[in-house]
Amino acid sequence: MNAIELRHVVLTLGGRTVLADISLDIPSGTFIGVLGPNGAGKTTLMRAILGLVPPDAGTVHVLGRAATRGNPVIGYMPQVRGTSSGLRLSGWDFVASAANGHRLGLPIPSKAARADIDRALDLVGAADLGRRPLAEMSGGERQRLLLAQTLIGQPQLLLLDEPLISLDPHRQQEVVELVKALQLELGITVLFSAHELNPLLNAIDQVLSLGGGQAALGAVEDVITGPVLSRLYGSEIEVLRVQGRIFVMSGSHDMERDAHLHDHGHDHGGEHIHADHV
Amino acid sequence: MIMGTITAANIYMPTMFDYDFMRNAFAAAAIVAVLAGAVGYFLVLRSQTFAGHALGHVGFTGATGAVLIGIAPLWGLVLVTVAAGIGMGLMGERLAERDVAVGLVLAFALALGLLFLHFFTAYATQATTLLFGNVLAVDVSTIWILLGLGVASLAMLATISRPLLFASLQPELAEAKGVSLRLYGVLFLTIVAVTTAECVQIVGVLLVFALMVGPAAAAQQVTGSVAAGVLVSAALALCEAWLGITLAYYTDWPSSFWIAALSAMAYVLAVLSRRLRGWRFA
Repeated sequence: MNAIELRHVVLTLGGRTVLADISLDIPSGTFIGVLGPNGAGKTTLMRAILGLVPPDAGTVHVLGRAATRGNPVIGYMPQVRGTSSGLRLSGWDFVASAANGHRLGLPIPSKAARADIDRALDLVGAADLGRRPLAEMSGGERQRLLLAQTLIGQPQLLLLDEPLISLDPHRQQEVVELVKALQLELGITVLFSAHELNPLLNAIDQVLSLGGGQAALGAVEDVITGPVLSRLYGSEIEVLRVQGRIFVMSGSHDMERDAHLHDHGHDHGGEHIHADHV
Repeated sequence: MIMGTITAANIYMPTMFDYDFMRNAFAAAAIVAVLAGAVGYFLVLRSQTFAGHALGHVGFTGATGAVLIGIAPLWGLVLVTVAAGIGMGLMGERLAERDVAVGLVLAFALALGLLFLHFFTAYATQATTLLFGNVLAVDVSTIWILLGLGVASLAMLATISRPLLFASLQPELAEAKGVSLRLYGVLFLTIVAVTTAECVQIVGVLLVFALMVGPAAAAQQVTGSVAAGVLVSAALALCEAWLGITLAYYTDWPSSFWIAALSAMAYVLAVLSRRLRGWRFA
């Protein structure tokens, strides 16, 4: 069964079409890197899979069922991650808040829920973080807790929205390796969005590249190519491969300005097309 | 206030529990402190303490308005704070919006309060009671009202506490899981509004922080667990309120002063004890 099936999906955000007539199948048990410039629809696509944004046309299916809000088979790490970082709440209680968090009642986890929380913390190697207050954790440690939280309820699909943002390269590599290990161990599907391809290169099975309302899904060598990216970004793109790393270059400065104009409200709209992309 | 001299064993020495007003004060303070401690824990967790402060001020307008039209100040307090709480919850669900929304409600309410005071200058004592509270003046019928409202509010808080906690700690994730941030924001501020109205009876409009924020903030310094935090917060509020009334009895200073002073002291001690523990284990 496919983890995600999109059929002729049209998604708009504030009157702007972010995905236009997209159809694709994401097979179960794969690690997908979701790439694309700001405003290309990475977050919007995840929100559609979560059932939070209804498509303007087409259908979104998750593990054979129509996307629906509160779907228990999906674990989600949003890009905006609350304002709890200054709290003295323990890591364990923080993760526990997601266990059956949508149900009414006292926030006292059942025995089964406690075991699930402990298991999630163990899976990401954060059992020791459970006893420490959030306020005394580093960004990378909080990241680990957020990852643990996505595993509560034993989901089949993880949607991780930009987990590498604001982490240094070393920590980025740790997060990617951890997620890859979880994906293999649990046999689940992972959608991992990022600004840069290189940290993900060794982990991903396929790449989903978004841009200009279009999407391309496939192996890295098939998708991250000059012709495909040029079509997505609507400008001349060159792809260089140097010592196992991939550099995506925009040919023309004017094209980059054009990308800005299409990218309302995003100051850094076109920068990823530039040479500093990866 | 200490009476009599100890010369003969058969002279009866009245204790503070022999006075009706003292028994009433302890009962009222117990109800309000437990409620304020529990609600305050979530208020501090959600960084919404300013909302509690603002509701107190709005409540002042409600109480003075109620007296003007001839109904009990407590009902004016409850009605107006609840209306304001719902309004604040509906106006802003995001943190960034919330401050502005609360500020707007506050400014308008204070302006109205000013207007009512303009018609109300003869009742200076009542105004002081509202502003600073007078737990020694609480009568039995008020205690029953406090108990009813308090039990209802605690029951409602207990019912919504799990999704409320989830929505407070991880709003985006909670929303994705189907939790309505707006619904729980409004329900919670309704509970906060009733709690504020109750606190005004004990410590007055201006010292609501003493019962609703002080114990909760101290509790969050000493424990990282939600369940323990709520219990410690409620227990601290109860101790501060009872000890405050006792000290007021023996010193004849205002009880609101003592409660606020104990609340501040407990917070400072909690911060210090946490730092000391931190140094020892560092």
